[in-house]
Amino acid sequence: MADNTAECVFRAKGLTKIYRMGEVEVHALRGIDLELFAGELVVLLGPSGSGKSTLLNILGGLDTPTAGEVFYLDRNLSAAGEEALTGFRRDHVGFVFQFYNLIPSLTARENVSAVTEISKSPMRPEEALRLVGLGERLDHFPAQLSGGEQQRVAIARAIAKNPAVLLCDEPTGALDSATGIVVLEALEKVNRELGTLTVLITHNAGIADMADRVIRLSDGHIVEERRNAVKKAACELSW
Amino acid sequence: MTALNLKLLRDLWHMRGQALAIAAVIAGGVATLVMSLSTYDSLVASRDLFYRDYRFAEVFTRLTRAPEAVAARLAETPGVERIETRVVAVVKLEVAGFTDPVTGVLSSLPDTGQPLLNTLHLKRGRWLTPYSGDEVIVSDTFADAHGLHPGDRIHAVIHGKRKALTLVGVALSPEYVYQIAPGAMFPDFKRYGVLWMGRNALAAAYDMDGAFNNVSLTLTPGAEAQAVIDRLDGLLARYGGIGAFARKDQFSNRFLSEELKQLQTTATVFPSIFLGVAAFLLNVVVARLIATQREQIAVLKAFGYRPLAIGWHYLKLVLTVAFLGVAGGVALGAWFGQGLAGVYMELYRFPYLHYVLNPGVIAIALGVAGLAAASGTLVAVGRAVRLPPAEGMRPETPVVYRATLLERLGLQRLLSQPTRMILRHIERRPLKSLLTVFGIACAGGLMMVGNYQRGAIDFMVDIQFRQAAREDLAVGFIESTSGRALFELAQLPGVRHVEGFRDVAANLRFGQYHYRSAVYGIQPDGILHRSLDRNLRPVQVPPGGIVLTDHLANNILRVKPGDLLTVEVLEGRRQVLQVPVLGITKQYLGVSAYMRQDDLNALLREGHVVSGAYIGHAPDAAADLYARLHARPRVLGMVAHAAAIRSFYDTLGEFVLFFNMVATLLAATIAFGVVYNSARIALSERGRELASLRVLGFTHGEIAYILLGELAVLTLAAIPLGFLVGVGLCGILVVVFESDLYRLPLVLEPYNFALSALVVTVSAVISGLLVWRQLGRLDLVGVLKTRE
Repeated sequence: MADNTAECVFRAKGLTKIYRMGEVEVHALRGIDLELFAGELVVLLGPSGSGKSTLLNILGGLDTPTAGEVFYLDRNLSAAGEEALTGFRRDHVGFVFQFYNLIPSLTARENVSAVTEISKSPMRPEEALRLVGLGERLDHFPAQLSGGEQQRVAIARAIAKNPAVLLCDEPTGALDSATGIVVLEALEKVNRELGTLTVLITHNAGIADMADRVIRLSDGHIVEERRNAVKKAACELSW
Repeated sequence: MTALNLKLLRDLWHMRGQALAIAAVIAGGVATLVMSLSTYDSLVASRDLFYRDYRFAEVFTRLTRAPEAVAARLAETPGVERIETRVVAVVKLEVAGFTDPVTGVLSSLPDTGQPLLNTLHLKRGRWLTPYSGDEVIVSDTFADAHGLHPGDRIHAVIHGKRKALTLVGVALSPEYVYQIAPGAMFPDFKRYGVLWMGRNALAAAYDMDGAFNNVSLTLTPGAEAQAVIDRLDGLLARYGGIGAFARKDQFSNRFLSEELKQLQTTATVFPSIFLGVAAFLLNVVVARLIATQREQIAVLKAFGYRPLAIGWHYLKLVLTVAFLGVAGGVALGAWFGQGLAGVYMELYRFPYLHYVLNPGVIAIALGVAGLAAASGTLVAVGRAVRLPPAEGMRPETPVVYRATLLERLGLQRLLSQPTRMILRHIERRPLKSLLTVFGIACAGGLMMVGNYQRGAIDFMVDIQFRQAAREDLAVGFIESTSGRALFELAQLPGVRHVEGFRDVAANLRFGQYHYRSAVYGIQPDGILHRSLDRNLRPVQVPPGGIVLTDHLANNILRVKPGDLLTVEVLEGRRQVLQVPVLGITKQYLGVSAYMRQDDLNALLREGHVVSGAYIGHAPDAAADLYARLHARPRVLGMVAHAAAIRSFYDTLGEFVLFFNMVATLLAATIAFGVVYNSARIALSERGRELASLRVLGFTHGEIAYILLGELAVLTLAAIPLGFLVGVGLCGILVVVFESDLYRLPLVLEPYNFALSALVVTVSAVISGLLVWRQLGRLDLVGVLKTRE
C-alpha cells in the first residue's frame, strides 16, 4: 500500500511544541515536516523524550502545536478549537495506548460500545472484537483479561468506528514479546484489511521491520526517514 | 442502556457504601425539611379549615356586664359583620374521684340552634336539648383526661352555688385549639376544662339574665380590626369592657402561631446544615472519584466524547445519589411528619388533622437537594471536563508533602514515623481537613440542639417555680376582697404562709408601643412570689414605681428604667396613670409588670384590697386544703403548681422523646457519613502507599494507625468545635423562638455536651471498624504490579 499516489492524510509543516514545566521550557518538537498517506503503516521510532508521543498527540488532535501547521486532509488542525478537535477525534481517529486505558467497569463489548455509540458509521462491537481475535471474550471485564487481550480490546475499540487513522502509542510497551506479536498481528490485519492509515510509536527498533515507512525522531527532530524495501509480517518479528 | 450509563451504574455499585452514606445525609436533610414543611402545611390547612368551617371569630372582648340591648348597638358598629354575645363564667369544677382543684370555663350556647360564631365540632354524644337546665358539652381534652362520657355527671360551683351538670357531648372549639388556663404556664387537661351550657340556664346560675359579659365578632371584608376594636372599647367601657383584641392576640391562636413559626425555622435551619454537609461530602467524594478516573476521562475525550457529555455523566452519578437521598428522605420525612403531627394533635386539638404531603414540598426537597449536590460537585466535574486528554493520560505528579509545623518547631523527635505521616497528610490539605472537622462538628452540634430543649425547660421550670413563683397554690377570689381574707386563709389547717396579691388588667403604653397585660401588686418582702434580677437573684420591688420583665421592657415597650410608663387600667375606674419604671426583672415564661401591692392599691385609690393569695402549705395537707378552699364561695380558682408541672412534663415527655430520637438519628447519620467517607477516600488515595508498607512488613494494625489515626485526630478536633456549633445553633434557636409567651434560656448541661461527644465518637468508631476490615483486604501483590 506504500504508494505515493495515495491520498495525503496528514501534512505537517514546521511543527514545534514547547512545554513549560515550572521554570523550564521543554522543546518537545523542533520544526517537524511530515506527510502521511492513506493506507500506510508508519512506525515512529525514537528514545523516550524524542518527541514521538507529542507528535502523535498533535496528529490525533489531543494537543496543539506551539508553532507550525498540521493539516488533516484540508482541515487545519493547528487552528482548530477544542470543539472542532473533539469532532475530529470522534469521527476520524482511533487511539491505542501503551496501558490500554480500558474502562474497568465495562466489559470488552461495552468498552467498544462506548465508542461506537457516538460514531457515525461504526462496525458492530462484536465484529471489531472478532477482528482482533477476541470473539469469544466479549463479556469479560478488563480485570479478567490478560495484558495482550486488553490491548486487543483497545485496538478493537479504536478501529470499531472505522477511523481514517489509527494512532498507537507504544502498543506493545507493556507486553512480553510473544503477546506483543499477537497485538501487532491484529494491527497489521486492520491495516491490511481496512486500509487504515496506522501510525505506531515505539522505541523498539525490531518492530520497525513491519512498517511501510520508518521515521526516526531524536530530540524533537526527524533524524531519519526510510522506506522498508521488504515489509516483514508481524509473526516474523522478534526482539 | 448506553455503555456510559452502564459504567455509571457499576461505578455507583462499586462505591455503594459511600454513596449510601451520602444519600443518608441528604435523606436526613430532606427528612427534616419534609417533616417540618409537611407538618406545617398540615397544621395550617387543618387550622384554616377549622377556623373557616367553625366560624372562628376575628375580634373578642370581655366585659363585666351589659344588657342584651347593647348588642344591637354593637352590631351596628361599622366594620362588624356578625356579632355574638355570650355569657362566660369561670367556675370551680368537681369530678368524682379527683381531689385536685379544677378550674373550668363555662361558655354559653344559644338555647336553640347553632351559635353564629365559634361553633363546636361534636366528637361524641349529642347537642344540648333546647332550654335544658343542666346539660353541658365538655372539651375533649378534659373528657379524655378524666375518662368522662356522655351521661356522666360533674358538679360546678357557679357564682358560689354548686350545680350538678349532665354531660351530653364531647366537643372541640376553634377558640380552644390550645387549651390553657388564663394565667397558667402550661396546658393541664386534668385541671382545666372548657364546658358549654345553654345560655338561659347559665345566665340564671351566673346572675346574667338578659345580659352578657363576652362578645365575639367577625369583620366585614376590608374592615380594619384596630378601628373596630377602638369603637368597641369606646362602647363597652362603661359596661366594664377590659379591651377587645384581634384574633392574632387570641390566646389559643397565638400559641398555635408561635408553634408554626418554630416549624418554619426548623424547616430552614436543619435542612441547611444537612444539605451543606452533603454538598461538602459529594464534593470530596466526587473529586476523589474523578481523580481516580482521570485516565478514563482522558480516553473518553480522546475518542471524541464532548466535555459536556462527560460532565453530564458525572453529574448524573451525583444526581442519582441525591435522588436516592431525596426518595429516602421524603419517605422518612413523611413518617416523621405523621409522628410529629400526631404529637401535635395531643397538644393542639383539631377535629381532624389531614396529613398532607404537598407535591410542592417534594419538589422543594428535590430542588434543594439536587442543587446542593450539584453545587458540591460542580468544581470537581468542571476540573474533569477541562483536563486536556493528553495530560490526563500521564500519571499524576506526586503530591507535595512537607514537614509539618510541629516538626519545623523542632518537635519531630517526639513523633514516630507513622505519626509524622498522619500530621503531614492533615497539613497537606488543610481546607479539606478543616471541612471534615467542620462536618463532624455539625453532627455534634445537631445532637446538642436535639437534646437542648429538655435542659432549657428544666431550667425554666426551676427558675419559675423554685425561684420566682414558689407558692404551692395560687388562689383567685371572685372579686377583689379586703386584705382581711388573708387571715382566714392563714388559719386553714396545713397553711404555712400566705401572701396576698392584687392584679389588674391594664394596657401598658410607652410612645408608640403598647402591650396588654396584668399589673401584679405583690409583697415587697414576699418569700413565695418574688421577682428576680438579671442574675436570677430575688430582688424586692422598689417603692413608688413599676418593674417590668426584660422582654417586655426591652423588646416590646422599648422602655428603660427612669422612663414614665402609661398604665391604662382596664377595670373599675379605668384610670390612666403615669408610673415610673424602676427596674427590669428576668423571667422566661410570659411577661409581667410588678408593683408593690400597697403602691398599686394606692394608685387605684382603693384600700388594702387583694385579688387572690399565694399559699405555701404542708405537703400532706393538700387534699384537705383543696376541699376547704373549694367550699369557700369567694374562692374562684386555684392553681396547684406541683400538679401543673407534673402534667406538663407528661405532655412534654412525648415531644422531647420524639425530638431526641430524630436528632440522635440524624446527628449519627451525619457523623457516620462524614467519617466513613473521609476514611474511604483516604483509603482510596493511600491504599497503594499502605499496601506498600504492608509489603515492607508493617502490620495491619500499624497501617490502620496511619489511616485511622488521621481520622481520630480530626474527630477529636471536631468534638470541641461541635460544642461551639451546638451552642451557636441553640443560640440561634433562642433568638428565633423568642416571644412574649416564653423565652428559652441558653442553658446547656454537661449531659448535652457528653451526648454530643458520645454520638460523634461512636459513629466514628463504627466507620473506623468498617475501614479496618477493608484494610485487611488490601491487594498486596496487585500493588507491586500497578504502574505508578
